[in-house]
Amino acid sequence: MYLRPEDRARPNRMALRIAVVGGFAVVLFAILFFRLWTLQIIDGPQNLAQAKENRMRTTKIVAPRGKIMTRNGEVLVDNRTSLALQVDPSKLPAETAAKNAELKELGALVHMKLPAVLKRIAEEEKVVAAGAPITVRRDVGYHLIYYIEEHPGKFPGVTVEKVFVRNYPGEDEAAQLLGYAGEISEEELKEGPYKGFEPGEIVGKEGIERSYNQFLHGTPGISRYQVNALGEPTPGGNLHSTPPIPGRSLKLTINPAMQKAGEAALAERGLPGAFVSMNIHNGEILAMGSYPTYDPAVWTNISTKQYEALASEETGAPLLNRAIASYYPTGSTYKLMTALAGLENGYVTGSTVVEDNGYIELGTQKFENSEGAVNGPISLVHAIEVSSDVYFYKLGARMWNNNDLQNWSHKMGIGDPTGIDIPGQVEGLVPSKKWRDELFENGETDRPWSQGDDVQLAVGQGDLQTNPLQMAIAYSTLGNGGTVVTPHLGKEVLDTAGRVLREIDPGPRRHVDIKPETRQLIMEGLHLATSGPGGTATPVFGEFPIPIAGKTGTAERSIFEPNQSWFISLAPYPNPNIVTVVTIEKGGFGAESAAPANKQILEAYFHNTLKKESEEGTEAAEEGYEEESSLEGSTEEELPGEESTGEEVPLVETGTGEGG
Amino acid sequence: MMYATRARQARPELFDDRPSIGERLGLAQMDWVLTLAAIGLIGFSVFTLGQATTHDVPGSPNYYVERQAIYGIVGVIAMLVMSRIDYSRFRELRVGIYAFVCISIALVFVFGFAALGSRRSFELPFFSFQPSELAKLLLVLALAGFVIDGARRGSPVRRTLRYLALGLAPAALVFLQPDLGTSLVLGVGTLAVMYFGGVPWTHFAAIGGVIVALIALVLVVAPDVGHPVLKEYQEQRLTSFLHPSSDPAGAGYQQDQSMVAIGAGQKTGRGNQATQTRLDFVPERSTDFIFAVIGERYGFVGAAFVLSLYALLIWRALRIVTLSKNRYGMLIAGGIAVELLFQVFVNVGMCLGIMPITGIPLPMMSYGGSSVLATFLAIGVLQSVNIQARLSRQGRFAW
Repeated sequence: MYLRPEDRARPNRMALRIAVVGGFAVVLFAILFFRLWTLQIIDGPQNLAQAKENRMRTTKIVAPRGKIMTRNGEVLVDNRTSLALQVDPSKLPAETAAKNAELKELGALVHMKLPAVLKRIAEEEKVVAAGAPITVRRDVGYHLIYYIEEHPGKFPGVTVEKVFVRNYPGEDEAAQLLGYAGEISEEELKEGPYKGFEPGEIVGKEGIERSYNQFLHGTPGISRYQVNALGEPTPGGNLHSTPPIPGRSLKLTINPAMQKAGEAALAERGLPGAFVSMNIHNGEILAMGSYPTYDPAVWTNISTKQYEALASEETGAPLLNRAIASYYPTGSTYKLMTALAGLENGYVTGSTVVEDNGYIELGTQKFENSEGAVNGPISLVHAIEVSSDVYFYKLGARMWNNNDLQNWSHKMGIGDPTGIDIPGQVEGLVPSKKWRDELFENGETDRPWSQGDDVQLAVGQGDLQTNPLQMAIAYSTLGNGGTVVTPHLGKEVLDTAGRVLREIDPGPRRHVDIKPETRQLIMEGLHLATSGPGGTATPVFGEFPIPIAGKTGTAERSIFEPNQSWFISLAPYPNPNIVTVVTIEKGGFGAESAAPANKQILEAYFHNTLKKESEEGTEAAEEGYEEESSLEGSTEEELPGEESTGEEVPLVETGTGEGG
Repeated sequence: MMYATRARQARPELFDDRPSIGERLGLAQMDWVLTLAAIGLIGFSVFTLGQATTHDVPGSPNYYVERQAIYGIVGVIAMLVMSRIDYSRFRELRVGIYAFVCISIALVFVFGFAALGSRRSFELPFFSFQPSELAKLLLVLALAGFVIDGARRGSPVRRTLRYLALGLAPAALVFLQPDLGTSLVLGVGTLAVMYFGGVPWTHFAAIGGVIVALIALVLVVAPDVGHPVLKEYQEQRLTSFLHPSSDPAGAGYQQDQSMVAIGAGQKTGRGNQATQTRLDFVPERSTDFIFAVIGERYGFVGAAFVLSLYALLIWRALRIVTLSKNRYGMLIAGGIAVELLFQVFVNVGMCLGIMPITGIPLPMMSYGGSSVLATFLAIGVLQSVNIQARLSRQGRFAW
């Protein structure tokens, strides 16, 4: 066969070229084999571990927080599920333009403009611990889930999660007591009771939610399952799961009828104020409230602006629980402390008669009775009844230099923390010689302690700073014969089935020795104040079918403002079970606003008894009170205003077995 | 030159001119090692797909296996048929073949079926035909013809430029589909034919320089001046292998997962515990990343076995280059061998994380009719070169 030269294979020239390609092939295959060996044999174990880790996902299953209920099971706080639009900032596009474009589109889906979304994220980033997703908006619709799932890749770092949100069936009922729960903050993760929690967890921030967080906060469950590359669980891939344990429920000591009555009483007067009603034997708080108030549902989606509004002076600071966090003078309700100090230290007895000519003079200062009253010769019981300032001015003046009044104030719980189970209480101040003299030495005040200071304190004026709860403690200590109780709002911890897991009973804080005669005298005076002919509160309580002891107070806060109205009751008389304190800023005389408000709360407490009486006539009182079964007092035996001393009324606390 | 074989001597004189069935099919002259390597690869592909892709297509649990098995059988038959054709015919048909390549690729733009943002194939009943796969073979056949016939026309430089223009025109069309991987294969095939066609080394040095400059232009300069040539995903894929772990959510992720998958296979593989490839951490497990499936399921043993089959294949292909009776056979065998080597190295290298993601299938392993068929046809051409060479040594010519 003939082959043209160009068709002929030219082995010599070609051999080199083929050899080069062959050598090249050998090198390439060597590279592949070497790489394969490295990956599979040398790094095999690490790669296997990585592969196993890849397919596993561990997710936390959120545990719902426990419910909070009133003492009879009425729900104040529970949960509802809500869809929350969440953003994980670390997974958003790194470039600002791309990030903003995504957030803008996202915002459009939930009717938020880009600046609003950015602001929201910036605000939340400050509050929420690093690493936790940021909730842009709660309560979004289901369509959003579908939309985002149908556009994977369009919204990196965005998820719609089902979350539990606090729900408040009682609306603003007991708002300041409940406080709120929110996402754990960076600082809380580092120290305090929530140290060691995980970012993103919901913890109690204020009030009951905070102080009982250990019960209310459930244990999150854990689910480990196999996923595919998209993070979707694969069929049969559930490897291990621990179900979440829902938080325990908490039953409060709150009596909802009294709570509502108290809140209504304040609301209808429309003035800032507070009330507290407490079982004097065990410290259970039956009602506590502060006005103005707010709807705690606002916490689920609060903005900085809203928060600032709730905390600002202009709106009356609805967040503030005035029952425990206020600094008030108390006016004449403080005469309890003065009377105790006077009697127990022997300055006066029940029969000591003091001349009340309407005023006293100390050097250049003149202290007058209010309204210019002149009561003439007067003993302690009647001094309390008519609220003679002069009697107590004189008593205060006699004790000015020896701290007796201050000692008794502290004994009764004024100016000290009360031990209540919610955060935020203030200590207050019982002004004393030591205190003022020290201030004077440091140049922080213009004058040292004087007799006038003690005179002022004797009637609850001057530098005194206390609050309704401290006053409730003081009156309850008198009412129960000397036990300083620990006020508390928590009553029982329940499991989800409603079984009681733990009863909350902090026990008394201490005992104060009060002579029975002392108690008897003061109680009588307090009773007359609500029922005697000259009683300051007789116009309010004179017709009230249940005998009570009580004291009005009218505190001067400033000469430019109306006085602050106080009323403190111990009911029923003579063996009280509850103490109820109402104060209304700018409410005027004690009998003017605080006493009627106080009466509204008592009406709620004695609701059943009062109903029976109105149905069956006034004689039916002996049948007793539904809640206060051990009460045996019959109203007719008491002859208001007649006897002042001597009658031995047993001080046995008949109500101790009864929690109410 | 001509001598009698022993077989012929043993035959009765009467039937001297009548070849046996085996001879008629060319089985005796086939390269059996090459055949077995190819059948071993497609067999292993079907086996792997059978284990790894069951239930991937809802309602049709054996979708990939059945189809790949059919493609394999059709492919083997096509190889046998092709091996019986005297490859020299292709040299005569070079213009027609070349025109077919260019037109079929161009037609895809008009009638093509778009998948994942690129038009690459025609939708036929039972089959979607991808002309660019076939072009890998046909371009080599046509170009080799042009090289042989134009060997004396023009200066060496003009010749080189002509070959380049002829080869790169279809490559550019494929690039525009866009199918970067296949266009690279066509480019490499063109260079291989030129290489075996005797283009001077100096010209290759110049071409190499231009390629480096082009890469710099495409990857660095063009995007900077605002006229990117590559689509963003292409560029990311091409460069991410240089820093595979830098962005687990981005383009490097797939490759990262592929490396983890292969590594996790260790010595003997994870079998059905192969979660990386079973749970979609590695994408495209039936096609581009099938080597990762093999690596994870069958470990070093399986992966090395497959690589060995490819090594065998390339060795036999290069051996056929040396055996070829004429230059045309040498050129086409060389072009096919280099294309196969390139595809294997780039695909396996991609799975192993040492080459960029270019979308080149692994010949005869990756699922896909066009690719399997085109590869078997190419092997058939190799067989044809082998058969013709042996027949010519035996003093016989194909009929």
